Amino acid sequence: MSQYNVIGTRAPRVDAPDKATGRAVFVDDMKMPGMLFGALLQSPYAHARIRGIDVSAAKRLPGVKAVVTAKEAGLVRFGVSPARYDETLFCSDKVRHVGDNVAAVAAVDLETAMEAVSLIKVDYEELPAVFTIEEALADGAPLVHEEYPRNICAEVHQEFGDVEAAFKECDLIKTSSLTSKLQNCAFLEPQACIAFYDHWGSLTLYTSTQTPHYVQRTVAMVLGLPVGKVRVVKPYTGGGFGAKASASHLELAACLLSMKAGKPVKMRFDREQVFWHGRSRHQFFHTMTTGVKKDGTILALKNECYLNGGAYCSFGIATVYYAGSLLGGPYKLPNMKYDGYRLYTNLPASGAQRGHGGVIARSCWEQQLDMIAEELGMDPIELRLKNVMTAGDVTCNDLNMSSLGMKEAIEVVRDASDWNNKKGKLPKGKGIGMACGFFVSGAGYPIYRSDTYHCTVVVKLAEDGGTAVVYTASAEIGQGSDTTFAMIAAEALGVPLEMVRVESGDTDFGVDLGAYSSRQTLMTGQATKEAAEDAKRQVLEVLSKELNIPVEDMDIKNGLVVFKNTKPDFTALRTRYQKEHRGWIDNPGAEEELSFREASRIAYLARGTIVGTGKYRPPELGGKFKGAAVGTSPAYGCSAQVAEVSVDEGTGKITVEKMVDAHDCGRAINRTSVEGQMQGSISMALGEALFEEVKFDDKGRILNADLAEYKIPTILDMPKVDARIVESNEPNGPFGAKEVGEGNIVPTIAAILNAVYDAIGVRIHELPLTPERVYLALQEYKNKSKTKS
Amino acid sequence: MKKIIRLTVNNEEHQLAVEPNQTLLDMLRDQLGLTGAKKGCEMGECGACTVIMDGITVNSCLVLAMQANGKRITTIEGLETEQGLHPIQKAFIEKGAIQCGFCTSGMILSAKVLLDKNPKPTEEEIRSALSGNLCRCTGYQKIVEAVQSVSEDDVGPARQES
Ligand code: FES
Ligand code: FES
Repeated sequence: MSQYNVIGTRAPRVDAPDKATGRAVFVDDMKMPGMLFGALLQSPYAHARIRGIDVSAAKRLPGVKAVVTAKEAGLVRFGVSPARYDETLFCSDKVRHVGDNVAAVAAVDLETAMEAVSLIKVDYEELPAVFTIEEALADGAPLVHEEYPRNICAEVHQEFGDVEAAFKECDLIKTSSLTSKLQNCAFLEPQACIAFYDHWGSLTLYTSTQTPHYVQRTVAMVLGLPVGKVRVVKPYTGGGFGAKASASHLELAACLLSMKAGKPVKMRFDREQVFWHGRSRHQFFHTMTTGVKKDGTILALKNECYLNGGAYCSFGIATVYYAGSLLGGPYKLPNMKYDGYRLYTNLPASGAQRGHGGVIARSCWEQQLDMIAEELGMDPIELRLKNVMTAGDVTCNDLNMSSLGMKEAIEVVRDASDWNNKKGKLPKGKGIGMACGFFVSGAGYPIYRSDTYHCTVVVKLAEDGGTAVVYTASAEIGQGSDTTFAMIAAEALGVPLEMVRVESGDTDFGVDLGAYSSRQTLMTGQATKEAAEDAKRQVLEVLSKELNIPVEDMDIKNGLVVFKNTKPDFTALRTRYQKEHRGWIDNPGAEEELSFREASRIAYLARGTIVGTGKYRPPELGGKFKGAAVGTSPAYGCSAQVAEVSVDEGTGKITVEKMVDAHDCGRAINRTSVEGQMQGSISMALGEALFEEVKFDDKGRILNADLAEYKIPTILDMPKVDARIVESNEPNGPFGAKEVGEGNIVPTIAAILNAVYDAIGVRIHELPLTPERVYLALQEYKNKSKTKS
Repeated sequence: MKKIIRLTVNNEEHQLAVEPNQTLLDMLRDQLGLTGAKKGCEMGECGACTVIMDGITVNSCLVLAMQANGKRITTIEGLETEQGLHPIQKAFIEKGAIQCGFCTSGMILSAKVLLDKNPKPTEEEIRSALSGNLCRCTGYQKIVEAVQSVSEDDVGPARQES
């Protein structure tokens, strides 16, 4: 029997009934009286000087209520990391990618707004552009931002231990590389928002975002409003995965247009604009060298990485750090050297996407570990088990594995996949492969340097006593966080789940850094637990006074007050409660235990509204070196995965037939939701492994800015995912919980790469594994073997 | 120039003035306030706008409102009856087949059309019936499990309409 009543169950999600019936309201479903529609003018050129903008014809069009350019917006710079605020709401001097933002219009309807946009005349002078890493770094290359020589947006150089010295001790040193392609988060709901600026000078922004808090700060900063007068509200949001984790031009433009027009303004991206906005996974070029002893002990890793960043920095500084720091575990690795470079190019900006910065690095390394295992004549699982970290280990870059079920996860997938009977024993064309990974449970530091709490939560007990309302500014974006916090509050308060209501995603409810870096379960969860416990303590204090029993001798469980010693006579309290509810049909019967509902009403009568508060800020984490902040976290989730594939050697087509997945999420708050995150992240990684790639023509225009040509997995592409939850008890997490949303995407690509090798004997070092690429690799391999023999 | 059309939506008759280039999706969302059908791409690629028209699923972003003249339309809002939620809706809730919910209306309606015709589909039949509905969140597995869990008997009462 679990010690918990709510935690660890498969409770249906609190938002599921509304979503199953079409009642759940997303931004685009909302209307406001007098609402105008906005549209953006975006650049047709990848790189061009703006010589002039003429908006007069647009302004004259009947129905147009406001036209704004950099002149109206001003030139306040913003971005994600304050160290690289390199964007303005509208371009003034030049445009830096196709789709860069030049102007916006608000009109009585969308058609008029779009027509007005088409009437704005921009005098562009096209400039030479750079699209690839090589072009960006070439001598005399055009600069995307004049203040960044050689187009280097950020570079990282770190060394822990002494890699060259360690290589001298190694019996085997292996070098390999992996190249990936630009991704798109491809959530189903395109970004949309409604901004409304009122006569009191308050701005309310309803928006599809992962991070209401950061959007609030950015809007206030860029538009020069007091933060307290900007309220950001996130209705239901149709996925984010990273690209909705910062303020967008869409949001800022809607706010500015509403300020100018004095009416609510709705704006949305169409699917093509979702691609132009980008802010998804970068394109990575990793080269790694690993040294090991004969017995498989890993001694050193040298990692070099180039990231094609696009026109702006976005999350890029964090990305380039993560691409190094997230290799510190989950294997004991005493020496690690990393050199990372993020380049500006004239493509849409890349940012963060599920598994931020760690996915391609991990894919490259786990494929290399497989190559090493083969050369050593070791089973890949044996190699990993030999080096695996356990709870309490600290990586060479100071990441503390306060709990780590890595070894257990490996064993679970080994057994569940029947690895020992399959590895190397499957018929030709079929293969099995495995890989591991780990990820932060929330970034240890906010995006802007600050001592802010990462979240504050209020649990208010309804004055009638029967319901607890959780107020949090955290973001339910589909992952199930509202349900998680309802469950945590119910458990901590000692009431059934039905007695809890969650109100979330509103900056008026407090501070919450939002849904990114897999942070909310641990961080907002801790604050929710603290707030619920605070409310419960206040109720028990009042009871203690009324009944003359010490607080420690009482508890609340399952909605009832538990007296640890003798049960007191509480008839007087009950009578008071019943008197106030005369005529109500659900009053407690004489024989019943004292209920939470009665106790919390009595508490209200004694003290006024009972409000519990909670907050969370991670303790000081990590080392003192430059960049130590990226990768530190109060806890780390980890997973092991086994993929089984078949490869059609005639066409090069890969089918992933089965995935076995074990993830250590600490204590699972909601088991169904944990499995859902595991299965969902595998589908995103499978798409990235097999077919996802944003393609460009030689002018920097996207060739496949739609969901037909940018193919994400359909239900026919997905194999059965055998999701196994490995629980550990994370000391820093609420009820022992940590992350699952992002960490589980990390091993998938490498597991598939390794399975493909097992099937056809060819290593492929470029993603995605399209039939063409696989077929050509096979041909090349066959030709080589022919010339050899 | 607006034209008048007549159609039945969720068993209710409507007479509406629509623009010749207006989509069925926009008509449902803007004129009838039925926002359960979503705009994911407006190009027939994602299935978020799926509704049932005369017994078959259509991407309502690709159907002109005028083409719906004289037709019977069922949207997600029409599945709930006085007896409560449709069994497929219940199954999606219970099995954890819903995450962000943006694909859900379309998924449930595609599943309904399948189960109306074929109450005991194989897994392959389920996957093929839902292959026009993209979901970026769930990896589809719990969606398949939800549809599988709806047995023939459960589907009974709701099968009559549309
Ligand atoms: S909105 Fe109709 S198919 Fe995507
Ligand atoms: S639940 Fe989000 S797209 Fe399916």
